[in-house]
Amino acid sequence: MSILEFKNAFYTHGDDDIINDLSIKIDKGDFIYIVGPSGGGKSTFLKLCCHLISLTKGKILYKGIDMNQYDPIDLRLDISYCFQTPYLFGDTVEDNFLFPYKVRNKKVDLNKIYELLEQFKFNRDFFKKEVKNLSGGEKQRIALIRNLLFKPEILLLDEVTSALDAENTLIVEDAIKDLNEDGVTILWVTHDIEQSKRHGNKILTLENGKIKSLEVIQSE
Amino acid sequence: MNNGVEMNTLSLLASSSLVLISLIFSYTQKLNLEKETFIGTIRAVIQLFIVGYILEYIFDLKNPIYTTLLLFFMIFNAAYNAAKRGNKMKNGIIISFVSIASGTFVTLMILIVSGAIKYEPYQIIPVSGMIVNNSMIALGLCFKQMTGSFKNKREEVETKLSLGGDILSSSIEIIRDSIRTGMLPTIDATKTLGIVSLPGMMTGLILAGTSPVNAIKYQIMVTFMLLSTTAIASFIACYLGYRSFFNERKQLI
Repeated sequence: MSILEFKNAFYTHGDDDIINDLSIKIDKGDFIYIVGPSGGGKSTFLKLCCHLISLTKGKILYKGIDMNQYDPIDLRLDISYCFQTPYLFGDTVEDNFLFPYKVRNKKVDLNKIYELLEQFKFNRDFFKKEVKNLSGGEKQRIALIRNLLFKPEILLLDEVTSALDAENTLIVEDAIKDLNEDGVTILWVTHDIEQSKRHGNKILTLENGKIKSLEVIQSE
Repeated sequence: MNNGVEMNTLSLLASSSLVLISLIFSYTQKLNLEKETFIGTIRAVIQLFIVGYILEYIFDLKNPIYTTLLLFFMIFNAAYNAAKRGNKMKNGIIISFVSIASGTFVTLMILIVSGAIKYEPYQIIPVSGMIVNNSMIALGLCFKQMTGSFKNKREEVETKLSLGGDILSSSIEIIRDSIRTGMLPTIDATKTLGIVSLPGMMTGLILAGTSPVNAIKYQIMVTFMLLSTTAIASFIACYLGYRSFFNERKQLI
């Protein structure tokens, strides 16, 4: 059974069909890179996956059940979305890391936070750093760590390495690869064709809200 | 308050010459405001006379039912006006009505129970007028701030939703900001009372012959009640209103 399935999905905004009769099955453990021209519907596709928006026509099934039958919050706890432009709220990095614990009514696990900070090459003091003093790349990595504090079923990534240098891009790629090996399904929007060939098992090309191609990459 | 001054109609007519000054300015400076000024003045005079006669009639009736009906009429009008500022909000009028009514009733109850005023039309109606008017202004500001914030802070709200936040935890900063915006003018006015201006009620009492010290006591009461009423109305309106910006699937509209 697919973990996520789009069935004749349409998403219309005004007169435009942003997603236009799209059908796809995504299996558990898939690592799919999503590519295609700007305005092709990539970010909308991800927002539909985590139920931040709903289809105007068609169905999305999560674990075989229509998304509309789930509590939206439960869906978003399972399907984690990391935005293209990272938005850090509050005053400090700490405010951002505490939020996922607060919404789950769970005790803050500082060891997990420090472990992730170190994995992404930050020192522990970064936890108390003010967000206004962070660079674009730092913000992007902090936003990603915020998504990883609890292991999701599906991780949606929207150009999360666009502000990173080569070294940090590799760190992020390795972390995501490890998560995928740990069973997390990955959908990663990118403009970097080379990146899409490095780790994924499929490349989905979206154009005008439709699937232009779905290429399965043979493992070497 | 019984040794107050009374204005005769002739004096009032003479004071209308002040409007002429405004008209002359408009005409000589080519401001093109003569028609607006003239219509505005006529409207104000007619409206105030009608209200004056209605109030006199209700004051004479001394029937709490009519006082209460007038109170509801005032609250409904205020709610209607405040809701215009939040035209994107579902049930804006109902939310405004509930908020203003709650603020008004809690405040009036405390004032009546404490013995500061009596449930007599000549006391309840002017005091309620101030309460309702202040709540209306506060709600207008709350709604304007809330509508703007949900538009400008879309990313913040969606980020929190995507992390599994409920609509309340995802909007809490916007709600707090909006309540603050609604309450700030009243708090600012409180800080400058007696320094920048002698407020309307106190001025009215002094003109009517009340001793300044007694007028101050009333003004202090008014200050307390306006603080309470704007806090209650803004709080209820914002906590009821933020839901309008989400659909039933907890998505930002």
